[in-house]
Amino acid sequence: MKDNVTNVLLSGVGGQGTILASDILCTVFHENGYDVKKSEVHGMAQRGGDVTTHFRFGKKVYSPLIKCGEVDYLLSFELLEGFRYINWVKDNGKVILNNQEINPPVVNLGKTEYPKNVVGTFKKFFNGNVFIVYGLEIASEIGDPRIVNIVMLGAFSNFFEIEEEIWERSLLQHLPQKVQELNLSAFRRGRNAL
Amino acid sequence: MEKVMQGNYAIARGAWEAGAKVACAYPGTPSSEILFAIANQYKDDIYAEWSPNEKVALEVASGASFAGARAIACMKHVGLNVASDPFMTLSYTGVKGGLVIVVADDPYSHSSQNEQDSRHWARFGKVPILEPSDSQECKDFTKIAFEISEQFDTPVLLRSETRVSHSFSPVKLEERKESTIPLGLNVKDAPKYTMIPIYVRVRRQFVEERMKKLEAFSDEFQHNMMEINDSKIGVITSGICYPYTKEIFPDHSYLKLGMVWPLPKKLITQFFKKVEKVIIVEQLDPFLETEIRAIGFKVYHGKDVTPPIYEFSPDVIEKSLKGKRYRPPKERVNVEDLPKRPPNLCSGCSHRPLFYVLKKLGLFVFGDIGCYTLATAPPLNAIHTTTCMGAGVGEAFGASKALGKEGLGKICAVIGDSTFLHAGITPLMDVVYNKGNSTTLILDNETTGMTGLQEHPGTGFTIRGEPTHRVDFEELAKALGVKHVRKVDPYNIKEAMEIIKEEVERDEPSVIITVNGPCMLHRREKRKFEHPFYTVDPDQCRGCGLCLEIGCPAISWKEVCGEEALTKDGQKRKGVVQINSLQCPGCSVCYQICKFEAIIPGKA
Ligand SMILES: Cc1ncc(C[n+]2csc(CCOP(=O)(O)OP(=O)(O)O)c2C)c(N)n1
Ligand code: SF4
Ligand code: SF4
Repeated sequence: MKDNVTNVLLSGVGGQGTILASDILCTVFHENGYDVKKSEVHGMAQRGGDVTTHFRFGKKVYSPLIKCGEVDYLLSFELLEGFRYINWVKDNGKVILNNQEINPPVVNLGKTEYPKNVVGTFKKFFNGNVFIVYGLEIASEIGDPRIVNIVMLGAFSNFFEIEEEIWERSLLQHLPQKVQELNLSAFRRGRNAL
Repeated sequence: MEKVMQGNYAIARGAWEAGAKVACAYPGTPSSEILFAIANQYKDDIYAEWSPNEKVALEVASGASFAGARAIACMKHVGLNVASDPFMTLSYTGVKGGLVIVVADDPYSHSSQNEQDSRHWARFGKVPILEPSDSQECKDFTKIAFEISEQFDTPVLLRSETRVSHSFSPVKLEERKESTIPLGLNVKDAPKYTMIPIYVRVRRQFVEERMKKLEAFSDEFQHNMMEINDSKIGVITSGICYPYTKEIFPDHSYLKLGMVWPLPKKLITQFFKKVEKVIIVEQLDPFLETEIRAIGFKVYHGKDVTPPIYEFSPDVIEKSLKGKRYRPPKERVNVEDLPKRPPNLCSGCSHRPLFYVLKKLGLFVFGDIGCYTLATAPPLNAIHTTTCMGAGVGEAFGASKALGKEGLGKICAVIGDSTFLHAGITPLMDVVYNKGNSTTLILDNETTGMTGLQEHPGTGFTIRGEPTHRVDFEELAKALGVKHVRKVDPYNIKEAMEIIKEEVERDEPSVIITVNGPCMLHRREKRKFEHPFYTVDPDQCRGCGLCLEIGCPAISWKEVCGEEALTKDGQKRKGVVQINSLQCPGCSVCYQICKFEAIIPGKA
């Protein structure tokens, strides 16, 4: 039973749009006939704290929370926030990292340093299963640095045999008309980034 | 049709499908989305309101119920403390239209001031309580709650919790069915609704009889489900603990309770006969365990192994139930020491400069609950108490009475606009009435920031965004008898410093209201700052770190060495600060603080 559930952990910083990304994931996999559950774990997300979303899909999903060590895909929007969950990933799990650093308050205050070599450490443990996306650069090129979330979603879509059309349709469902074009190009750029 | 929905949206949907006509709430995580969903998606069929507090919310809902309408009141766990007075007596009056009270717990206090277990209210108030475990049940149980309410003449509690309210799962949608109970009031019903002693005693008997009937109902209730697999171990559980435990132990037998009070005693007895050993898995207090032991059953495991505090998860359940057999996941990196990322006041938030001022004045600050509570964290460290909504005003007054003249000039209370209207008016009345001298600062950011920007009576807009009367804080304070009511621009540090100092030293009650400091996330008008952002002149910055004391997320420290370790005019420095212009809205607070003119306006 457990074996046919896939576990995706999204992590990032409040305000980065992990929640919208996971909403879209829900729609995509549900439309593809899966049972889905997702849960956001955060205190006060809008105020720049850390945010994680547990997303699970399969034939029948019970718990909305993933067990530590059982993550199949870690989709991280920020390096430190990805690093925090390095122990949650299965040995053969895949790690998709947005190569962006956002300083937490203690680092801003100069009290401690931002962790070094996050990408290298991931590569040490997961070898070829680590995928780096330059989300902020891509988003800035498109013209809106806030759209990193959809770039990451685009990159993530490569790991599943689901038609691009379904992804894009679900994406549009969650967005107001005026930002649809922008988000579509972010998604496509992300999809081509891996 | 099936749709993936958040638990709170599913509760809203359930209310709509059940034909509810009135929905009231005061916001509170994790319950706030319910009313938001009702007001946005079902506005043609359901009257929705943000009430000033939970007591009012429940009273408005119960009035609608007395008039025959199905009504729902929603709140977080501590909200029911505020609404407990009407709640305890509504158990006696009962209802006419179905009355459902949603109460959302917050194990681990993700965003709360305590971790109380709301199931106790059901036993205490002698009303039934349902506990859904996913979004489908959120919707189904809401509908069932309305039916039970009308069938048994009782308010019904629906207990959610963070992980149920904030998780998403598929829900089958159905159509709305209007209630068959006719609308209308009848003066002849007075003995049912007027709780004077002679009528109380009659209704008191009714309550006992009702609970007996509900217990029999609970035994037959289709959502008190027995699931017999391996008969060696049976688990009695409810709510979110069911999917967690099922995930780890798919082969155990289960008695999953949809209604946790009154307990289905017969069903429990049957379950004990069918399995060899019974384990009770419940989050927070040993509510089921205590009751089931009291019946006389032997419980194999309960709170002897599962923690009585904090939130459960599949990991917690596996670890506590497997005991020695538990094998933890392997640790690749010690992540405990990684820098934490707590929430922080937004850059540009009008609360920040004000707390900087309070800190500089060296005041003991009686705080309250809202975004501003974040000012208790370093580097501001400028809030020194937080108990419950409205508490700070009374506490500051009490402390000033205790300290007498010694306290003058050393104390103040701060309270947000929404919190003031929720529970701050009465204690302020007390300050004046009982001849106090304390100072109350109302931080008016024109919204309920912390819980996601809800309207309240001081914003001048209803939940649907319609303009309405706006409470004038100044007039209100004056009407309570406060003679010294001052307004302050929170972004003007010098002025705020002077005004606050003057008022806290005054031997009379005073109120200071912040003006023109709307929340940075506000949907309506934002404050227009003079410059689009500020930036640091690296030649001037001496790295003194003064501006870091305000904890603005846009400002960061950068160590320097070699040539850079000297300013242009030869002053030594260890580092410089930087401002991330993307994050800086130009509030100018750091600019006002810097003594070396190192912070300068940026150009768009
Ligand atoms: C009894 C109770 N109800 C609701 C809440 C949830 N809650 C916490 S703070 C808050 C309101 C904060 O608004 P405001 O006072 O305007 O301050 P702001 O967050 O805007 O700074 C609410 C509703 C609570 N903690 N206790
Ligand atoms: S949400 Fe509003 S009130 Fe809360 S910290 Fe941000 S700006 Fe301040
Ligand atoms: S002006 Fe200074 S204090 Fe204000 S937001 Fe910008 S960096 Fe922060």
